[in-house]
Amino acid sequence: MRYPEVGDVLRNISFHLQHGEIAFLTGHSGAGKSTLLKLITIMERCSRGHIFLDGQDLTYAKERHIPYLRRKVGFIFQDYKLLQDRTVFDNVALPLVIAGFGHLEVSRRVRAALDKVGLAGKEKKYPVALSGGEQQRVGIARAVVNKPPLIIADEPTGNLDPELSAEIMGLFEKFQQVGVTVLIASHDISLISQLNHRVLKLDHGQLVSSK
Amino acid sequence: MMKPVQKKYYKKPLKPEIRRTKSAGGNFIDKLHAYRDQHAQALFSSLGRLVASPFTSLMTITVLAIAISLASGFYLLVINLQQVAGNLKASDQISLFLRYEISDSFADKFAETIKRNPNVQQVKLISRKEALEEFKTFSGFGSAIDVMESNPLPIVVQVTPKMTLDDKGSFQHLLESFKQAPEVDIAQVDMQWLERLELILEVARRGATLLSGLLGIGVLFIIGNTIRLELHNRRDEVIIAKLVGATNAFIQRPFLYSGFWIGFISGVAAWFIVTGMMLLLWQSVDKLSRLYGGTFHMLFLSFSETLTLLLISSLLGILGAWGVLVYQLRHTKPV
Repeated sequence: MRYPEVGDVLRNISFHLQHGEIAFLTGHSGAGKSTLLKLITIMERCSRGHIFLDGQDLTYAKERHIPYLRRKVGFIFQDYKLLQDRTVFDNVALPLVIAGFGHLEVSRRVRAALDKVGLAGKEKKYPVALSGGEQQRVGIARAVVNKPPLIIADEPTGNLDPELSAEIMGLFEKFQQVGVTVLIASHDISLISQLNHRVLKLDHGQLVSSK
Repeated sequence: MMKPVQKKYYKKPLKPEIRRTKSAGGNFIDKLHAYRDQHAQALFSSLGRLVASPFTSLMTITVLAIAISLASGFYLLVINLQQVAGNLKASDQISLFLRYEISDSFADKFAETIKRNPNVQQVKLISRKEALEEFKTFSGFGSAIDVMESNPLPIVVQVTPKMTLDDKGSFQHLLESFKQAPEVDIAQVDMQWLERLELILEVARRGATLLSGLLGIGVLFIIGNTIRLELHNRRDEVIIAKLVGATNAFIQRPFLYSGFWIGFISGVAAWFIVTGMMLLLWQSVDKLSRLYGGTFHMLFLSFSETLTLLLISSLLGILGAWGVLVYQLRHTKPV
């Protein structure tokens, strides 16, 4: 990945995530964590090299195919990125509506996803009425409702206290158990060290360890 | 490994895995219903959004309605003028003013000979007395005529030719033959005057078309700008939708419907403005028309013209929105 102003942002990065694997992506600020995540969701394009998602090369994906590729990735944001003027139900339903599910199916899957993240019964609330941890769980429900093979979380616990963070991590482990691959960008070292998962460490745009 | 996704859209979805990639599960009917629901949702949510900010909507729609009513007002003006000209055209007669010394009986004979001309449809003789009566009634100089000792008016033979003014060659030929006749003093057609009127109308028609086109472009840009602002206000929503896999078509849909509603409602408002103004003018036009023998009836927008008005304004709305969306969505990161 290369920005014209600063030269290469990411260099010599090569790793492979297996189906059903959880990995942490870590490194100090500016190491290129977010850029790497942006490449995987095709928010940015890489200038060299290849990225494969579910066997498909993203490097040459045409613009009109990008939406369909993005449906394979559930993205979780640090700032939740919920639609404030829509109910919890509508927020979670968005990926399904976009994918063209009928409303019965939408309703069934949204309820199942909310149930999974422990928000059953809060469908009709608006995001403002929820706590930070609850909003993040709405974000997670939205990411998994479409059953994508890959979940990417960018600092999902950045705004949460340790207890809530542990809860969220527990959720990710639950998804892992059903075969979903999870990649979590985080610089919360204590949280990472508590959990025994693979850690990808970035430093100045290079992958320095991949244990 | 799966095949690259690029090729999938050109093939029929033979394998179930391909179907899963392109969109959601469910059978064809389910998807069709979901698609219809998406459209219905976009249709009503965009209307709801207009209603939710009544002041902004009202301002935009008022401006658009005025622009559209100006354009349709010009159109009505032109078709009404054309109608006037059409009525005048119906009298493409030739008036033969006979020499003053010719007597009534001689004029009768002359009229008979003209009647036998194969190119002549009808001949009407207006005697001196009749001409005087007519002049007194319609000119407004009745009292001035009374002062005169003798009738100064000549006998007039009004000839309606078989051909119309459009058939210039033979019409001119007929006119020339009348001019040569020794009994005739002046042979006059209102052709030149009509031609001039035709030209003036043509200018008016073109001017109205140009102005309507200009106003249409204005409407296009106003709607485009409105949609651009709305897109800007809902930028977060657009980005989130993009990130969870929305196609541009999905994102555009509610905005296109917004454009449609703005255009359509402005069209309806413009119809009311134009019709209202025509009703205000109606009475005075009617009075004027009665002065000229009531040949003129004001034309309002007909049913099909109203439909056209609504269709064009809706289309302008959709087009204005679409142009902006294509440009803006291409420049909204992430792609």
